[in-house]
Amino acid sequence: MIRLLARFLRPYVPLLVAVVVLQLLQSTAALFLPSLNASIIDDGVATGDTGHIWSLGGVMLAVSLLQIVGQVGATWFGARAAMAFGRDLRQAIFDNALSFSSREVNQFGAPSLITRNTNDVQQLQMLVLMTATLIVSAPLMMVGGVFMALREDVGLSWLILVAVIVLGTIIGILIVQMTPLFKSMQVRIDTLNRVLREQISGLRVIRAFVREPTEAARFDRANHELADTATRVGRRMMTMFPAVFFVMNLSSIAVIWFGAFRIAEGQLQVGQLTAYLAYLAQILMSVMMSTIMIMIAPRAAVSAERIGAVLDTSSSVVPPARPVTTVTRHGELAFDDVSFAYPGADHPVLDGVSFTVRPGATTAIIGSTGAGKTTLVNLIPRLFDATSGAVMVDGVDVRELDPDLLWGRIGLVPQRPYLFSGTVASNLRLGNPDATDEELWHALEVAQARDFVERMPDGLESPISQGGTNVSGGQRQRLAIARALVRRPEIYVFDDSFSALDVATDAALRAALVDETADAAVVVVAQRVSTIRNAEQIIVLEDGRIVGIGTHDHLLATCPTYAEIVESQFQAEEVAA
Amino acid sequence: MSTPTSKGETAVSSTGGAPAPVKANARPKYAPQQRGGGPMGHGVGTGEKAVSFGPSMKRLLGHLRPELPQIVAVVAMVIVATVGNAVGPVILGQATNLIYDATVVNRTPIDFGAVGRVLLLALAVYVVFFLLSWLSGFIINAIVQRSVYRMRQQVSDKITRLPLKYFDGQPRGELLSRVTNDVDNVSQSLQQTLSQILTNLFTLIGVLVMMFYVSWVLALVALVTIPIALGVTMVIGKRSQKLFARTWKSTGELNSQIEEAYSGHDLVTVFGRRREVAEQFRAKNAELFDASFGAQFISGIIMPVMFFVGNLNYVVIAVVGGLMVTGGTLTIGGVQAFIQYSRMFTQPITSLASMANLLQSGVASAERVFEVLDAEEESPDQAGSLPEPARGRVEFEHVDFSYTPERPLITDLSLVAEPGATVAIVGPTGAGKTTLVNLVLRFYDLQAGRITLDGTDIASVPRRALRDQIGMVLQDTWLFGGTIRDNIAYGKEGATEEEILAAARATYVDRFVHSLPDGYDTLINEEASNLSAGEKQLITIARAFLSDPTLLILDEATSSVDTRTELLVQRAMKKLRADRTSFVIAHRLSTIRDADVILVMEDGAIVEQGSHAGLLAARGAYYDLYQAQFAAAITEEDAA
Repeated sequence: MIRLLARFLRPYVPLLVAVVVLQLLQSTAALFLPSLNASIIDDGVATGDTGHIWSLGGVMLAVSLLQIVGQVGATWFGARAAMAFGRDLRQAIFDNALSFSSREVNQFGAPSLITRNTNDVQQLQMLVLMTATLIVSAPLMMVGGVFMALREDVGLSWLILVAVIVLGTIIGILIVQMTPLFKSMQVRIDTLNRVLREQISGLRVIRAFVREPTEAARFDRANHELADTATRVGRRMMTMFPAVFFVMNLSSIAVIWFGAFRIAEGQLQVGQLTAYLAYLAQILMSVMMSTIMIMIAPRAAVSAERIGAVLDTSSSVVPPARPVTTVTRHGELAFDDVSFAYPGADHPVLDGVSFTVRPGATTAIIGSTGAGKTTLVNLIPRLFDATSGAVMVDGVDVRELDPDLLWGRIGLVPQRPYLFSGTVASNLRLGNPDATDEELWHALEVAQARDFVERMPDGLESPISQGGTNVSGGQRQRLAIARALVRRPEIYVFDDSFSALDVATDAALRAALVDETADAAVVVVAQRVSTIRNAEQIIVLEDGRIVGIGTHDHLLATCPTYAEIVESQFQAEEVAA
Repeated sequence: MSTPTSKGETAVSSTGGAPAPVKANARPKYAPQQRGGGPMGHGVGTGEKAVSFGPSMKRLLGHLRPELPQIVAVVAMVIVATVGNAVGPVILGQATNLIYDATVVNRTPIDFGAVGRVLLLALAVYVVFFLLSWLSGFIINAIVQRSVYRMRQQVSDKITRLPLKYFDGQPRGELLSRVTNDVDNVSQSLQQTLSQILTNLFTLIGVLVMMFYVSWVLALVALVTIPIALGVTMVIGKRSQKLFARTWKSTGELNSQIEEAYSGHDLVTVFGRRREVAEQFRAKNAELFDASFGAQFISGIIMPVMFFVGNLNYVVIAVVGGLMVTGGTLTIGGVQAFIQYSRMFTQPITSLASMANLLQSGVASAERVFEVLDAEEESPDQAGSLPEPARGRVEFEHVDFSYTPERPLITDLSLVAEPGATVAIVGPTGAGKTTLVNLVLRFYDLQAGRITLDGTDIASVPRRALRDQIGMVLQDTWLFGGTIRDNIAYGKEGATEEEILAAARATYVDRFVHSLPDGYDTLINEEASNLSAGEKQLITIARAFLSDPTLLILDEATSSVDTRTELLVQRAMKKLRADRTSFVIAHRLSTIRDADVILVMEDGAIVEQGSHAGLLAARGAYYDLYQAQFAAAITEEDAA
């Protein structure tokens, strides 16, 4: 945490210095007030000197004015430093996460990255803000309070010590008890939210299987546990303040009692006694403030750790130091003995995969779940890097290519067709901001999406919600295909991109794609043999290895795995004939 | 969450949530010259406002009704405690008076006996005050936690009684946010305000009474502070409210940008948009900085300003009080007590003002929860029963149905599924295929006509009894956070290990489970990202298999299972379908070729029905669908 704070607060050191100076000013001012008040009573009220009361009252006002200037100033600089710190931290996390490859994103998980980038930053930001605006003054007030109290009377100083120790112990015990409770409370809240989220998203299943009672019991358990923990936390929180006030009140009584003896001995004046009471209250308040710091620091430390993990991770896909920025040929793709394994995994996801895709030709990849199809295509745009072997575009290793150049040549339609919030047009222009409306319509037409976009109230300018949740799965897929088409890339990658389409649409789309992608290298991952049977080259993957490569007819004759797949699909349709 | 509420992110979300520990109570009742007050006190006021504050507040309080005896007890305790708190300084002042009179006025030795007695009285008062405020805190805590528990329970119960129509009508995230973030916000604001409002209100009254008791002249002087304090709080509060609203809005927008960038990470990378995305983020981030800095600063100066007002008050009291002591109309102890009162006086006003904000936000949340609780429920279950043993004959008789009255979907639909028959439903998206099976499950009620199971109207029996007969596999695979075993066992209450394993083997779940390190104990996480789409689908098939239903519903059940696995699943399904009536929705004609009846749907009506061979021969809609598949294949061949 310290490292993180030091790194991101460095630019704001001047602001923080200003905060400390202003806090010093306001603390000093605050510390003078009880003294002045004592003087008003002892030298003014007691002696009946009205002039003295007036002049001291003026001084008091002036000091109050100084105090408010100090406080407001410290708040300004403190808030500025804290918020700027938060802003910089968010930016740093975001920039770094943006440079991640798929591997790092998957390793953290998108939801976790989001939380780290938002809530965790908020925690740290709050820590800085509270420290700057409240906690910095606590030790100042404590030291100052002790100093001023001693100035009034040294004989009573043992009272301060006793009060501080008693208060510190009480709060300490409460905090020690509360910290683990807060942690388990967070877990309970998460559990409850998860149960609810599942119950709402799984509503149909729950009702169809008549499991409402089970779910109700599950919820009740989570609810009970949360309520229990919350009650235990609440009890301790509710104890804190009565206890603090009790200690304060007791010490007031003690100060008056023992102070009376000091006055009887002539070592103390009545007004000083009042001042002493005020200083004692200040000291105890600062003790409380400091303990609050002890309370928030552990939580912020956890957040800092989570943020640190993101900042310390660097992308496993490193841009080349001396990138190749020119290419001669157009869209020839080759896999040369490519293997890929996750770190620490026993079995490689891909093992010794070699093949070539020529421009104007379609290569299809088929295989069972978990055979490595998606991993294979993700190696092309360097969402991952191969563990061994090389993926080459036009004879150049993708790891040597300028990333912008590489990506500029690839049109990817991912398995889950994600759309961004905005409009149909803004989504289509993702890869080609300069595309004209005509080009967009053309792409939509090829992707069999023209009809439904035309029927939308605002056509190309119709709004798309985040993730594309306001269009159906099939529409989403077609828009994602159109998006790749708008880019006019040299290499198309379709990762199971036709699965949500009905048969007629699928067929029409594939027919239209043939012309559109005539000069490009096309890689298609598919489930249906009908989608790919006319591909120039079909690659059959099994457990990360190529078990067959060739045309449909060739594979039917030579590759038992392929024959089995075909049989499973075509036995009914007699298309093989 | 796609629709962050204005305060949502900080209040509950997964890591942010422990209820900001000291937030509420940290505002000290004594704040003598002390800089600070509630550490996080500002910043609580959210931009939310209740639509109709009065009625909702009343209803929220109504929620506390079962706790009435405890509440009465608490109020009584708080009153007594506050009186103690208010009387304390007067007693201490008397002790000071004794000392002052002895040393300054009479120049006699201090009567320690008298001072001791007064201080013992003070001690007694403070002990009572401590015990009462402690006890009332305990009770309030229990009241709030129980009430919130009940509220959550009510929401959860309500969800089981709401028709599916309700859930279609609003985004999932929105509803979730209501039942999690909003309930939590209600709980926090209740916990924080309930005790504080009572204490502060009574303190204010008590202090005021005592101030008048000590000296009405000084009390009137002190009263001048009230309008100033209120004015300051309101002016600053209003501005900071606005800025906080802007902060939450910016936070929400920034969060959704972050969410989008991470969810669509691959696309952002491959489409070369990193720079633009980072730029957009920078702009939004700067906006958030402006808003949050403003909000924190403005709300941060409330306390200092109030302290200044307090100091002003202090000086005036000291001056006027000093003059009065000199004039002999007030004792020195009186001034001392009064000064302590004046410190106790501004604080509850500030507190109450910020409580008002907090309460506003809490009531706004409560309102959103009440909206859920008030939503129209499903029609009540009828007491009828289905004939035993179930045979599985399903009949639609002149069924009319639509999700929204303006757009009729299914009109005058009739069909019969004989026991054991497989009914396949095909047709373009939006034709009403899924609706048809939703009606069989009675997820929705019909507008006209009826659906019977073995001759009994399904609307005349409890939904539970009907659904007990039905097993289903849906397009979107829903699994809950638990082990694979638990998820399969979900299909049947009290399923034995053998039954689960048998179901898993029959549906080829067993095969991939063995390659997982934890086997059937593998935990499925929330997004189930540790299983492939096909594997998840297989588990849902196993779940339906285990439930051994009379009626089977398969909606796109195999669309994300790869074809080789599908072949196996098809075999298992065929076995499963053998002696049950099945409704199968599939886009792939190959999967339904051997169905007993194929229904071709278009625009909510059945345009054709018959067997595969019969329909092909009829050269109608089915034939067209079927041909489309070949047409494409042929075109490709030509092009190649």
